[in-house]
Amino acid sequence: MIVKELTDQLELQIAAGEKGLSREVLDGYCGDLLSDVMGRAPEGCIWLTVQGHQNILAIAVLREMAAIIIVGGHTPDEDTRQKADEEGIPILLWPKSAFELAGRLWAIIGKK
Amino acid sequence: MSVLKKTFHINKKDFIHAGEASIKIKNLLKSLNTDPKLIRRVAVCGYEGEMNVVMHGGEGFLNIQINTGKILLNISDDGPGIEDIERAMEKGFSTALDKYREMGFGAGMGLPNMKENSDHFTIESEKNRGTRVGMVFFR
Repeated sequence: MIVKELTDQLELQIAAGEKGLSREVLDGYCGDLLSDVMGRAPEGCIWLTVQGHQNILAIAVLREMAAIIIVGGHTPDEDTRQKADEEGIPILLWPKSAFELAGRLWAIIGKK
Repeated sequence: MSVLKKTFHINKKDFIHAGEASIKIKNLLKSLNTDPKLIRRVAVCGYEGEMNVVMHGGEGFLNIQINTGKILLNISDDGPGIEDIERAMEKGFSTALDKYREMGFGAGMGLPNMKENSDHFTIESEKNRGTRVGMVFFR
């Protein structure tokens, strides 16, 4: 499934990185501690976090993520949006809790 | 393959460019058709090293040397140094400031992640004499 399909299905708002909407989503990861995410997030994952500063982009690029979803009504900094556009990594917004979104994502892309 | 060497400068407190050296290294290794798993290990170590220098160190350098059989990654800085290396290597131990923790750093996993992801890891530091981390990855 590609990022665009998930975005439509879950009615996520696109904040930046639109040119990456055709990236394929292979897995998911939740985390706000960057070292944990850096050490463990799987390749091609969609990452749920409350962090909106631009260092999240370096993590997403290095881990070859499909997209980042900023949850809980948090928003990305302007620098973060710019970097996402440059790197072509979508930043999506979800106003409610990570728990609910993770549950819905699991139902769509979850795997053992 | 001949030996390829690159050096990147890491600026103190420069969160804006932090991670860029590791992204360049990742792209370089990719262009050399390196095994993706090895690229990820080197990238994790490079990124953690960069962030350590940005948060704790002074000015620093990241050096990479790519040989036929191995990759050497060295990260050094002229910052305040580490008083107790054994504690710094413990998972969860961190001296990061609150403002960095709020950004999601300072989980106390940086150095342990670097050790776990490299095949050989060394760290040398002394108070007020900077820190030098060396890692070897076999191909």
